[in-house]
Amino acid sequence: MKAAPLKRRTPGEPSALSLRHLSKSFGGALALDDVELEIMPGEIHGLLGHNGSGKSTLIKILSGYHTPEPGAEMLMRGEPVPLPVPATAARRLGLAFVHQHLGLVPSMTVLENLLLGAIATETHWWLDWRRRTAAARALFAQFDLRIDPAARIADLPPVERALVAIVRAFEEIKAADSGGGVLVLDEPTPFLPKAGVDQLFDLIRRIVHNGAAVIFVSHDIDEIMQITDRATILRDGRVAGSLVTREASHDDFVERIVGRSLDLYHRNRTDPRAGEVCARISGVSGAIVADASLDLHAGEVLGLTGLIGSGFDELPYLLFGARRASAGTLTLHGLTHKLTALAPPEAIGAGIALLPADRLGAAGVGSLPVLDNVSLPVLDEFFQNLLINWTAVFGRAAQLGRSYEVRPNAPALNLASLSGGNQQKVLMAKWLQTAPKLLMLDEPTQGVDVGARQQLFKALGAAAAAGTAIVVASTDYEQLAQICDRVLIFARGRIVAELVGEAISKETIGEQCLRSGAFNGEGRTLEEPVA
Amino acid sequence: MTEISVPQTTKPAPLDGRRGAPRMSLAKLAEAYALVVALLVLVGVFGLLRPEAFLSWSNISTMLGSQAVLVVLTMALIIPLTGGDFDLSVASMLTLSSMLIAVMNAQMGINIFIAMGTALVIGAVVGAINSWFILYFRIPSLIVTLGTGTFINGIVLWISGSMTISGLDQGLIDYVVVRRILGVPLAFYYALALCAALWYFFDYTTPGRRLLFVGRGREVARLSGIRVDRVRFYSLIASGVLAAAAGILYAGTIGAADPLSGLTFLLPGFAAAFLGATSISPGRFNPWGSLVAVYFLVAGITGLTILGIQTFVQNLFYGGGLVIAVALSQLVRNREAQDFT
Repeated sequence: MKAAPLKRRTPGEPSALSLRHLSKSFGGALALDDVELEIMPGEIHGLLGHNGSGKSTLIKILSGYHTPEPGAEMLMRGEPVPLPVPATAARRLGLAFVHQHLGLVPSMTVLENLLLGAIATETHWWLDWRRRTAAARALFAQFDLRIDPAARIADLPPVERALVAIVRAFEEIKAADSGGGVLVLDEPTPFLPKAGVDQLFDLIRRIVHNGAAVIFVSHDIDEIMQITDRATILRDGRVAGSLVTREASHDDFVERIVGRSLDLYHRNRTDPRAGEVCARISGVSGAIVADASLDLHAGEVLGLTGLIGSGFDELPYLLFGARRASAGTLTLHGLTHKLTALAPPEAIGAGIALLPADRLGAAGVGSLPVLDNVSLPVLDEFFQNLLINWTAVFGRAAQLGRSYEVRPNAPALNLASLSGGNQQKVLMAKWLQTAPKLLMLDEPTQGVDVGARQQLFKALGAAAAAGTAIVVASTDYEQLAQICDRVLIFARGRIVAELVGEAISKETIGEQCLRSGAFNGEGRTLEEPVA
Repeated sequence: MTEISVPQTTKPAPLDGRRGAPRMSLAKLAEAYALVVALLVLVGVFGLLRPEAFLSWSNISTMLGSQAVLVVLTMALIIPLTGGDFDLSVASMLTLSSMLIAVMNAQMGINIFIAMGTALVIGAVVGAINSWFILYFRIPSLIVTLGTGTFINGIVLWISGSMTISGLDQGLIDYVVVRRILGVPLAFYYALALCAALWYFFDYTTPGRRLLFVGRGREVARLSGIRVDRVRFYSLIASGVLAAAAGILYAGTIGAADPLSGLTFLLPGFAAAFLGATSISPGRFNPWGSLVAVYFLVAGITGLTILGIQTFVQNLFYGGGLVIAVALSQLVRNREAQDFT
């Protein structure tokens, strides 16, 4: 595909950032395949693509977290940059990042947060607070922002927090020797209300007016069309297109993001509504989820998805009692549970299981053996004659390891010493051995290679065939298309679309999510969610 | 990657010879029993230098009997430590318990059993107060127990009038240090029985395993259906009760109660708990390792004292022991940061 023309302000002006032949493979799978990217000073450049398209890998190479494959080139203002990008070089090169989580310390003041980078690197002994406060005020005034440097971050509304993070990043690149600089904004908008997004865009325009370049990463096509000059779309690790925003239509973007995928493996879908209704969820509300109601059928695999911040990944935690719901009930096999009072022990007692996304932070303990991790929910079964029968526990763990193809199948190994895919097999076995009536999984295959994925899917399929209702929350559309009988799409905490049976594909899910993004924009006048 | 620590005392060898089975390598064995060997070396060295004093039966039985208090106090520490909580109030609780017994029994003439029962109940109450502040207000256990411990010290000084109180029921003293089996005071056997009970609890019961998960991964434990707060509540109560029991032993050992000397057990207790965690089941707080650690520290101090080195050596040994023990246990854990708040 022909790259869109560059917007040069003066003839022969070097680009702010230029990447060539950028590839990155993880265990044989190419996450980035010969990607090129060129960004001019004063340009706002959009970066789009689905989860797994290589977007975050590219950002992580820029931030020095990943090392690209040999042969890659990176230039900033015509100067070659060594790869991997040295950890301390970002500031010198004029490269700054604002991630979704902003990297602010909520309990400290705006000024202290602004100075964080300076405090970490400057060698001055003395902190002149008065001068610094005045400088911060002047800085905010330059962008017409009225933010009190003495306010605590935690007391600011979400928009102002994002603005502080962006201004801070701008200050960092301004301090660079080379002038200009590149500011990377990695999905800064999902938690912001519409008015806040406008304010943020205003700030971004002022920043590029001062000569910096901005890379704006987003899922949201409307935002990309509103703010960027040009945009690069990644798909399956390759550049799927580079567009001049002014000349492109919404459909141009969708087509390049979704692409034309071939030979997808499909689960032999059953009509979910053929099974009996085993769970009825009604009126569930949480921090983001608002009044969600749905029915689950025995043996069904249901996908939950949407854009980040839409609340699809909150629902499983609410139904398990892991996060307290503000309203709603769950009726499972005729028994009704009030979600406002549900806690994990009762949920487990009712036959519900949850496999959280945070594998070693919430799902299993890395510093304990597989044996202990896998046996935790069923340990009571092995308590005989006033003793835990460890021989029997070991036998169970080894047997589960065999049937879920855990490699190496050594239950005495610590969980953390296994690969991500094998950890996930262990943790899935941990819950599947309890034969739950409802199993919910949050991003079950994050960081899991293709081969192990198929084994995990097989295990889920077998559990569904045995009558378990399975709920998978994920932003991996390909995975959802592969394993789900039905997919629900969330936006602003509500279910906005449903795909059933043959209507499900990576493309249709992607389209529905993008359309929900448009809905998102209109829905932004809703009260601000808690970040 | 991560060091694999298999608790040899708990896991039986697998029945089939499958690959990856927990085989005890020589290195693992050496790691698990290094402290035992060090204890034997220490005894050997002092035995060679001062055979008549150090290896005399009276010295050995005195060491075993008198330090039973420290063993029990260390057990009081490792329960909340396994669950991820510090209890700095144990030594204060020990002192309060011995002082309560002295005041009730020696001064007020109340039956010794009632006095002991009261002390244990107060231990449970202190544990409940600690856990209320820790769990309800979500204050780090370190801070809460530092405060309650100091508060208890004040109560002890108050009820004792800052005086040593003697004249305890001879029956208590008889059953703690006077009566002996194989020449060793009964106190030692009480401590031994407690170690065995805790070993059973940690390794062979489901609540013991839940406590371990609570300590290693609060969120994992919570999402696995463990009532984390309840587990921590009971662990802190157990800690208070065991500290009170240590106080009873202490009163019986010295036949009196004084308002301050019991407080010096806190640091040796922590030293033994962390040193013990490098031994027997490396990487885990465990009762047998703690037992070995207590007697390792005690043998070192007793031996050096017999050699004529001054009493400041106690502080050197306990303080140095604690830091070196934690450093060793961090090596076992591959220097993974521990979160003890």
